[in-house]
Amino acid sequence: MLEIKDLYAGVDGTEIIKGISLSVKKGEIHAVMGPNGSGKSTLAKILSGHPAYEAMSGEILFDGKNLLDMDAEERSLAGIFMGFQYPVEVPGVNNAEFLRMAHNARRVKAGEEEIDPLDFDDLLSEKMKTLGMEKKYKERNLNDGFSGGEKKKNEILQMAILEPQLSILDETDSGLDIDALRVVSEGVNKLRNENNALILITHYQRLLDYINPDFVHVLSSGKIVKSGDKSLALELESQGYDWVTTVN
Amino acid sequence: MSEEQNSVSDILEDNTYKYGFTTDVESETFAKGLNEEVVRAISKKKNEPKFMLDFRLKAFEKWKTMTAPEWPNVHYPPIDFQDISYYSAPKQKKVLDSLDEVDPEVMRTFEKLGIPLDEQKKLANVAVDAVFDSVSVATTHKKKLMEVGIIFCSISEALQEYPELIEEYLGTVVPVGDNYYAALNSAVFTDGSFVYIPPDTISPMEISTYFRINTEETGQFERTLIICAENSYVSYLEGCTAPQFDTNQLHAAVVELVTLDNAEIKYSTVQNWYAGDKETGKGGIYNFVTKRGKCQGDNSKISWTQVETGSAITWKYPSCLLLGDNTTGEFYSVALTNGHMQADTGTKMIHIGKNTRSSIISKGISADYSSNSYRGQVKVGKNATNARNYSQCDSMLVGDKSSAHTFPYIETANNSVQVEHEAATSKISEDQLFYFESRGISRENAIEAVISGFCKEVFKQLPMEFAVEAQKLLTLKLEDSVG
Repeated sequence: MLEIKDLYAGVDGTEIIKGISLSVKKGEIHAVMGPNGSGKSTLAKILSGHPAYEAMSGEILFDGKNLLDMDAEERSLAGIFMGFQYPVEVPGVNNAEFLRMAHNARRVKAGEEEIDPLDFDDLLSEKMKTLGMEKKYKERNLNDGFSGGEKKKNEILQMAILEPQLSILDETDSGLDIDALRVVSEGVNKLRNENNALILITHYQRLLDYINPDFVHVLSSGKIVKSGDKSLALELESQGYDWVTTVN
Repeated sequence: MSEEQNSVSDILEDNTYKYGFTTDVESETFAKGLNEEVVRAISKKKNEPKFMLDFRLKAFEKWKTMTAPEWPNVHYPPIDFQDISYYSAPKQKKVLDSLDEVDPEVMRTFEKLGIPLDEQKKLANVAVDAVFDSVSVATTHKKKLMEVGIIFCSISEALQEYPELIEEYLGTVVPVGDNYYAALNSAVFTDGSFVYIPPDTISPMEISTYFRINTEETGQFERTLIICAENSYVSYLEGCTAPQFDTNQLHAAVVELVTLDNAEIKYSTVQNWYAGDKETGKGGIYNFVTKRGKCQGDNSKISWTQVETGSAITWKYPSCLLLGDNTTGEFYSVALTNGHMQADTGTKMIHIGKNTRSSIISKGISADYSSNSYRGQVKVGKNATNARNYSQCDSMLVGDKSSAHTFPYIETANNSVQVEHEAATSKISEDQLFYFESRGISRENAIEAVISGFCKEVFKQLPMEFAVEAQKLLTLKLEDSVG
């Protein structure tokens, strides 16, 4: 589904990612871990199509298409979802209406009719029920005045509405208390199936207590220095990042 | 990031002003220039009663002693008042028995503007007075309104048919010498709309005036007077467009509203005069308008809603004089400036009666090189016990070359009052737009959603027909330049 080949990338001419290759198939969960400054966030930004970030060389293929040729809107419509570390607040735009716009953009792309607010409300209510989310997420404005945990839950709600093939969750666990972490990860687990894939970008192992990855990759200085299964994450937890970064 | 920010303002651009056409009609236009003879000639042309001529002459004398205001935060070369024609009317038969006699070109102009006037096509729930240059050319639904006793006609006609009402109320809200442009208007106004709602009457439909400037060197000075008698209600709409010229046209209107006991007037404007060339700033309308309402009777209410999207320069403060006890004044405004537009707009709420209430919600959006100022005054007199005001003035900047200013003035002479003022400035940020895009929503739809979200509190005050038009207008300003 996703094929990253020898990618070099950065921001403002500074190279941060220095030769990453990664292959993600349907149904898989990959965790990308690493210390601060290892290039985790840059990888997330480059995958989401943030205009400030650029690839210097290498390629990224998504379902065989060149992802680097697509802007953020096209990537989203193609089935990629980015769960942001710091979701932006948009006062004045109702959350439910925003979700409907996003949902309708997909329907229009698929040549279907736009869904009206009433029908959409049914769909939204159902998804919110599945995720155990309160009514306030419909009524409030987009992330406006949301706590850190509420913002992350709202990202998962968007993921549920958009039903992406590939989700990249950037530091979704940061700033969450244990209850919010549980709600968010239960949500993610409910949304996974054999046809979609997930990349979890995280600093800490604790998220992996709730979401079980098939692969764990350790990033250091812009490179993947070690890959393995879930046991790698546990080892990291007990030994710290120095263990892998110095091995390298 | 500056390149990115420019692209946001690109989307806000309005490259094609779709109302910029002119209509070729034979018209009767006075030679340029202003003196007492011109004032007398206008009055004579309109066969006015003597009190009206006296009113004009008094205003003209006053105007000659006054100077143009320099305090607004706008800049323009001095206007040569001798280089303007003060009367222009489409030539037509003397008395119009029916709409069939209106010049078909004029009818087509209004149809093109989305305001069909003829009987078959006219808007079902809106009565329209169409003012073309200086003259009211058609008024729809008059009969239907008359059945419930509502008078809706041009002010010229009202001067012939109901002179006593005009004499009683004209100039009682905006005195002839109120300000420079109001004095000029009082001397030379040529037409406008008159509405009288009798006691205990709820107007069965929206009433509206549509202003169109057509001639290049004519000033438009219209005069609107609305009286809402005891226990009555009317919702009034005003729309404006003008052709694209390289020169500036002056539009100096005066609007006066009066509410008697328990009456309510809701006055809404969507202003889209030609704003001048986006790049050079050449041409466009100078919109210097005095709008004021007087809540004369107890428990009465006046509510102004405006969506200002055009004009090279806007200088306008729809205000409320809260004279009666328990009266309410409201001001809801969206002002969008782009290109080289300059706007200095806001309101005055003058609390005189007891338990008077006012609220002010102002939303300014500035893009490109434009300058957008909110100027508002809340004044509470010594007898206005328990008066309350709430003001909220928000600005949104698009790009980094535009500016937003807020000038609130608060004066209270009574210590039982409560006055609250809130102000906020925001930007449409690239991060916000990227967030929408990463959810598959186009940049254009994202900007539209953010802007209409920002203006929501004002839009919901507009009558349905106008809310749709205002929404469309902002979208048009956004859409036209999306690549």
